[in-house]
Amino acid sequence: MNYAELFRATLPETVLEIASLVVLVVDLAFLREAALKVRVAVASLLGVAGCAIGFWTMQFEPAGGFSYGGSLLLSTGGYTAVVQAAILVLTALTLLLLVDSTFTRHVGEFVAVMLMAAAGGLLISAAQDLIVIFIGLELLSLGLYILTAFAKKSGRSAEAAIKYYLFGGMSAAFLLFGFSYLYGLSGSTNLQQIARAAIVPPAAGATPLLYVALVMIAAGLGFKVAAVPFHLWAPDTYEGAPAPGAAFIASVSKVASFALLIGIGTAILHLFDGVHVVRVTTGFLTMFPSRYSGLAAPWSLILLILAVASMFLGNLAALVQTSVRRLVAYSAIAHAGYILLGLAYLSYGPRSTEAILYYVVTYGLTTVGAFAVVDVVERATGSDRLEAFLGLHKRNPLLAAVLLVLFLSLAGIPPLVGFWAKFNLFAAVLQVSRGAVPFALVALAVAFSAVSLYYYLQVLKRAYVMPAVEESRIRVHPVTLLVLLAVAAGVLVLGCFPGLLGGWINGFFAAI
Amino acid sequence: MLAWTIYLSFAGALVEALLPKGRAAVARWLALVFAVAALALAVAGFIAGWGQPRQVIVDVPWVPSMGIHYILAADGISRVLVLLTGLAAVAGVLFSWNIEHRTNEFFAFYLALIGGVFGVFLSFDFFLLFVFYEIAIVPKYFLISIWGSTRREYGAMKLALYSFVGSAMVLIGLLAAYATSGSHSTGLIQLAQAGFPVSFQMWCFPLVFVGFAILAGMWPFHTWAPTGHVAAPTAASMLLAGVVMKLGAYGCLRVAMGLFPHGLDPWGFSFIGIGSWRDVFAILAMIGIVYGALVALVQSDFKFVIGYSSVSHMGLVLLGLMTLNQIGMTGAVFQMFSHGILAGLLFAIVGRIVYERTHTRQLADLEGMHLSRRLPFAAWAFVVAGVASMGLPGFSGFVAELQVIIGSWQADPWWTISIGVGIVVAVAYTWRALQKAFFGDLTPTAHALEAEQAHKFDPITWPEVAGFSLLAATSLAVGLFPRILLGAIEPAIHTMLAGGLR
Repeated sequence: MNYAELFRATLPETVLEIASLVVLVVDLAFLREAALKVRVAVASLLGVAGCAIGFWTMQFEPAGGFSYGGSLLLSTGGYTAVVQAAILVLTALTLLLLVDSTFTRHVGEFVAVMLMAAAGGLLISAAQDLIVIFIGLELLSLGLYILTAFAKKSGRSAEAAIKYYLFGGMSAAFLLFGFSYLYGLSGSTNLQQIARAAIVPPAAGATPLLYVALVMIAAGLGFKVAAVPFHLWAPDTYEGAPAPGAAFIASVSKVASFALLIGIGTAILHLFDGVHVVRVTTGFLTMFPSRYSGLAAPWSLILLILAVASMFLGNLAALVQTSVRRLVAYSAIAHAGYILLGLAYLSYGPRSTEAILYYVVTYGLTTVGAFAVVDVVERATGSDRLEAFLGLHKRNPLLAAVLLVLFLSLAGIPPLVGFWAKFNLFAAVLQVSRGAVPFALVALAVAFSAVSLYYYLQVLKRAYVMPAVEESRIRVHPVTLLVLLAVAAGVLVLGCFPGLLGGWINGFFAAI
Repeated sequence: MLAWTIYLSFAGALVEALLPKGRAAVARWLALVFAVAALALAVAGFIAGWGQPRQVIVDVPWVPSMGIHYILAADGISRVLVLLTGLAAVAGVLFSWNIEHRTNEFFAFYLALIGGVFGVFLSFDFFLLFVFYEIAIVPKYFLISIWGSTRREYGAMKLALYSFVGSAMVLIGLLAAYATSGSHSTGLIQLAQAGFPVSFQMWCFPLVFVGFAILAGMWPFHTWAPTGHVAAPTAASMLLAGVVMKLGAYGCLRVAMGLFPHGLDPWGFSFIGIGSWRDVFAILAMIGIVYGALVALVQSDFKFVIGYSSVSHMGLVLLGLMTLNQIGMTGAVFQMFSHGILAGLLFAIVGRIVYERTHTRQLADLEGMHLSRRLPFAAWAFVVAGVASMGLPGFSGFVAELQVIIGSWQADPWWTISIGVGIVVAVAYTWRALQKAFFGDLTPTAHALEAEQAHKFDPITWPEVAGFSLLAATSLAVGLFPRILLGAIEPAIHTMLAGGLR
């Protein structure tokens, strides 16, 4: 094993871990007597610095990876680079939102846990091996449970955390159970080798067991991305967690988990990559250009079922919510449905991966902004009910404008980035497969986007249209305002010039 | 030059949004300046392009990886509709001179809507067209729900949802066309040349056509229109009837019929006389003409009369499109222009000149108010607008109706009957509204006369006179010299028909 190479491949994770320790030491050793404001500022600045250094150490290159014994452990470059960069940026933004929060006195711990969870996110977005996947997932999940429970004085926070923890523990058990079947059938923990083993006997003969394993794994990962029917934790957690924690769960954790799904899907489709291909298998490949037996078909089917269920339930349940945080949670479930649709029709080439990355990254960005707005309003009014947004345009026009941009983007209105992301994703699905089924599903997804406008408008209607009950001004911390404006500007600019981000993502795949 | 109409409107929206609050006069004048400048550009572009074929204004790659281009181009149809938008925008600003509540925001949404509309008429890329189309929808919601009147939140939400269901259908069509063509482009011209299989066109055409036709007020998807019009503030209902419904009709013509012409082919079998999508939509259009007119006849709210008359007149546009012959389609585009001007005028009279003074739109209440005596300007303005709208020779409505009648006669004489019925009923509902609202013959009691003396209506202001003169003069000019528009429309329709609707 080449440790230097391993160190190079996991440098961003290492940087985040070191940063989290530095934050702890600085906060606990030097700032014990300092005011809470100072401690928050120092901790979040140190965290942001950690993210920046992590970003700087990243390897921006076409797909490669770290292998051990001929099997790929961690992928680098390619989709991993895009996702890791996004995770670092989103983590930094979330940390900046921490300024002037008062929900806890243990700021150092909060930031440290968040950075460790982010490191777990980086790990799963690179993982190509069952063990690494599980370790990364647990690192991420355990961090998230703690973040959810951090508002000690709030009963809802505790309730959300215990629900999240129980669901999470159960789904991790399912995941591990599925992994054990896969290992038992294929004799390997490497994704590609498992995918290869699945098309030859003896594993190919045991297809029912393979399917059971896949369903178990889907249950475990469906929990992470909040896909129906494994979504039950999401509304409670989004509602109960302290706002920066909720923003982190809604953005970074989502982005990382979708990266893991991309990694699994890519491994299943690219099962012969990196193998010394003899002529026979080349002929085999040309016979089955993009989809063949083995794991690809059942995996797609499972993802499709999750996608359709998520689109249905997420959009319909969001219609009746009265809490904006729950509304965002259900809309997140709906968005997960669209992304899963893209994942179910993953292309052999980079086309759909690029589209999914675009969607996930921009969705994460928008959600961080949305949570920041909700947080500001919640702190000013003491509630995240729809009524709390009444007359927002009078109480803070800038905040209302940011909300308008972000929510319209989530609803998929051009020229904002959410529209382009959806268009690109659906076009990718149709380009991969032109049958009646994908077409019907895309039509369903588009129809549901039209439905989603209704509930986003419910919030905007209160902010802009309905008469205000209170007109006192809502104050926004300058740093928060800056983050919000940056996010809104990003949503607008990336929407008007979709080629900017698209071209950057495309750069990592140009070599393929 | 025409492209600047778009940029200017969006710039205006941005300036208005950033304007400090409480400067209503500044906001008004700025909006007027931007609207007049856009109109000047539209007129200049119209004159410069008169009789010219399609000219590309801008063509730069937008999203190279998907072959999406930022293509703005204009042919005769586009120029006519851009001109209409410019006129409607100026008139709308003039008739919203009395908006005091959040004035700068009102004009910000207003100009954003106008910018989107200009964009749709000038886009020659399906994706770009769709982007502008959606940009035009959102401001409508806010215009109606914030500044509207009767049941405004209901009307606004209904309109927004109808629009979005329509645009979702169009988006599905766009995705399907893009994936099926394989040509790696969303340019309207490239897609039209992609040679879609007839079976594909057969289902994609109705999808996209209905998607756009929802916004054009096609029966039975018209129900958003009357409630939306009634709820909207004057300027918004002028724009809604004047240009937004034209967006739908334009989309039907340019996109649905332009990209999927074989969708109009016969199915090969017929069911109770209906043998193609063309028959289906023609029948829906005819029902719309007659139904809209009949419903307008029994309304008690003045604005509902105009709202339903819009449905009837837009049916005429759709029927004109379905004739698939030179004169009928020319008439359809002409009717788009004519209805845009006249519906705007009617809504302005009802919503601004009358309602803002009487605070009621119920015909029964208006009957006792003797408006012909107390608001003579409004009465005579409505007479002019009413006769123009019912198709009196000399005004634009006549030219348009005549062409559609001839076109539909050539297509199928039976179709003409519905237009005839529509026109006759139009005379009836216009006179009924006119008589009830302005020339009520109840003899006033001495007490009522005293009350009138005590509560005089505000005098007519200059923006109202200016707006009225602009629209009425346009209708008259176009009615007397139809060549102004026909010279632009006819070659464009001819090219479309000659190229198999491309």
